Amino acid sequence: MPLLEVRDLAVRFSTRGKTVYAVNGISFDLDPGDTLGIVGESGCGKSVSSLAMLGILPPAGRVSGGQVTFDGEDLLTLPDERLRHIRGNDIAMVFQDPMTSLNPVLTVGRQLTEALRTHLDMDKKEAAAEAGSLLDRVGIPDARQRLRDYPHQFSGGMRQRVGIAMAISCQPKVLIADEPTTALDVTIQAQILELLRTLVREEGMALILVTHDLGVVAGVCARTHVMYAGRFVETAPTAELFANPKHPYTVGLLKSVPRLDAVRKQRLDPIGGAPRDQTSEPTACAFAPRCAYATSESWEQLPVLRELDGATGAAAHRVACWNPVPERDLVAAGIRRPPAEGQSSAGLGEERPA
Amino acid sequence: MLRYVAKRLLLLVPVLIGLSILVFAYVRALPGGPAIALLGERATQESVEAINRELGLDQPIFVQYLRYAGNLIQGDFGSSVLSRRPVVEELLERFPATVELGFAAILFAVLAGIPLGFVAAKRYQGVLDNTSLVASLIGISFPVFFLALIMKYIFAVRLGWLPSIGRLDITRSLEHPTNFYLLDAIIAGDGAAFVDVVAHLLMPAIALGTIPLAIIARITRAATLDVLSEDYVRTARAKGLTTAVIDRRHILKNSLLPVVTVIGLQTGLLLTGAILTETVFAWPGVGTWMLNAINNRDYAVLQGGIVFFAFLVVVVNLLVDISYAFLNPRIRYQ
Ligand SMILES: Nc1ncnc2c1ncn2[C@@H]1O[C@H](COP(=O)(O)OP(=O)(O)O)[C@@H](O)[C@H]1O
Ligand code: SF4
Ligand SMILES: [Mg+2]
Repeated sequence: MPLLEVRDLAVRFSTRGKTVYAVNGISFDLDPGDTLGIVGESGCGKSVSSLAMLGILPPAGRVSGGQVTFDGEDLLTLPDERLRHIRGNDIAMVFQDPMTSLNPVLTVGRQLTEALRTHLDMDKKEAAAEAGSLLDRVGIPDARQRLRDYPHQFSGGMRQRVGIAMAISCQPKVLIADEPTTALDVTIQAQILELLRTLVREEGMALILVTHDLGVVAGVCARTHVMYAGRFVETAPTAELFANPKHPYTVGLLKSVPRLDAVRKQRLDPIGGAPRDQTSEPTACAFAPRCAYATSESWEQLPVLRELDGATGAAAHRVACWNPVPERDLVAAGIRRPPAEGQSSAGLGEERPA
Repeated sequence: MLRYVAKRLLLLVPVLIGLSILVFAYVRALPGGPAIALLGERATQESVEAINRELGLDQPIFVQYLRYAGNLIQGDFGSSVLSRRPVVEELLERFPATVELGFAAILFAVLAGIPLGFVAAKRYQGVLDNTSLVASLIGISFPVFFLALIMKYIFAVRLGWLPSIGRLDITRSLEHPTNFYLLDAIIAGDGAAFVDVVAHLLMPAIALGTIPLAIIARITRAATLDVLSEDYVRTARAKGLTTAVIDRRHILKNSLLPVVTVIGLQTGLLLTGAILTETVFAWPGVGTWMLNAINNRDYAVLQGGIVFFAFLVVVVNLLVDISYAFLNPRIRYQ
């Protein structure tokens, strides 16, 4: 049994009589040590999915279906007191904006020690010592002295390190990082990603890395789910996804990411059109209004994830699309080399089966 | 921090000088004068002029001010025309009554207003939230003296639960080393007197504290609603802290920041309310003293009273700023 098993998770918001279908049935498994990327445009439901798993949705939101099984317990039906012991202890979260995610009126030390004292029953002294070494681990200079400082005395990158230290403080089994680098400068982004990668490897934590930027998951996650309008539309090992994207939306995302390893000099090409307004339950392909490959089927029937190529298990590549992008278009888009040049993929160097 | 306090206290000097000029001019702009007040409408021209000469009111106004300011520097606020006693002496006698009342009123407003506003925010648009909205609208729009009269009628006259006037039952003897009767009762070790002082304090304090209570509750509610949707509250939840800890440590501490500022502003307004409340409950404080002074055109008393109120407002706001800096680390190191 996987460590974390999410099945058909659905979340809705009700505000002023309107219902927003934010997450519409996502499923995935996570084993200890797995690194999983969830990628999609802003508003597609990434954060809401993460919050729903931890039972900390904003008041207007509610889980409308599915199961989230962690260590054999369904988190969605667990009494809040029991779930509270899992939050921050077994499953922890790093948030997007380090400027607003730390409490401005509490010292960093206080914010670091409170989870330790709550979950690990440490006394003041033990917790303070542990907090010092945590700050040290995430690369904050003079860690022990800085415990008495307030968040505003740290730079954005340093605050995100504090946020990471807080999240890993109880050695969680699952770390959810929700756009941990989005609010940071490019150079700082790379450092924070490197830190996350190191920590996950050393601690053996499973990582769910949520981002709108395919470039971010490239070096970190073994598998990536592409999310659109509250559903997963494509899921594959990350290298495979980069080399052989099948969903028109994934291809669009890849074309809008600058890539150092692009086959030919490419124009950055953002996806045209607006994301689906999610005020009704999807009954057709949500991407159809923006899709060059849309057919009448796309407008009439909801495509579900289907396996490609017969690969299964960790290698499985699934796509939810009636008309997957053909090879020649990938070549034309500069994502793959023409077949004449050999089968080697242009992605992350992984060999694709012929 | 100490330098900041010193700077603020130093700033008080020009404020008080400016204020003393304004007040000086203002009380003299009131129609009539102390002579008329003392002698009545039908006093002869000569007797009025005699009294004005005696009081120095026949001098040009800037000469009067310079003399007044000269005395002020030596701590002399002049004497009451009516009682002939030094203003400072009367003020020292009366200000503890007003401070005790004001403090009790603010304490009531804070102790009831903050929890009320907080719970209303947590139950946003619930029954309690809506009830407290209506209640606080009523509370804010009710004139202080009207509320005071109604309370007095119900609880003192009809039900006889609470004393209707004064600070202490006249049959009770209590030494007054401080004139803060609560303190005096504690110093005397007189439990029954303490209870009696509290009983006398209850209605005036509630009447006076109602508007601040309503405002503090509304501000606490609004601030808490803002804080509830802050990212750091979500972070606190994600850590698996208990609701009590999240409420107290993460939400309340932040939502109190604007509330503290409002408490300072309310204290200024409270003083005008104190004049009305003291009148209804025959409370022997600065308020009734000043009301008498207005009626009698007792310039020295009015000047002394207003300067004292101004001083109080400044001191309270200084205390507020200090506690704000204490609550908010972002401004502590400026
Ligand atoms: N508090 C809220 N009230 C109403 N709708 C919300 C709320 N939070 C999120 N949503 C809706 O849920 C959808 C997904 O949001 P979110 O998960 O934050 O997107 P992202 O993928 O950028 O993290 C959005 O379309 C948004 O409209
Ligand atoms: S199902 Fe149709 S509309 Fe949706 S992505 Fe595939 S081709 Fe485009
Ligand atoms: Mg998000």
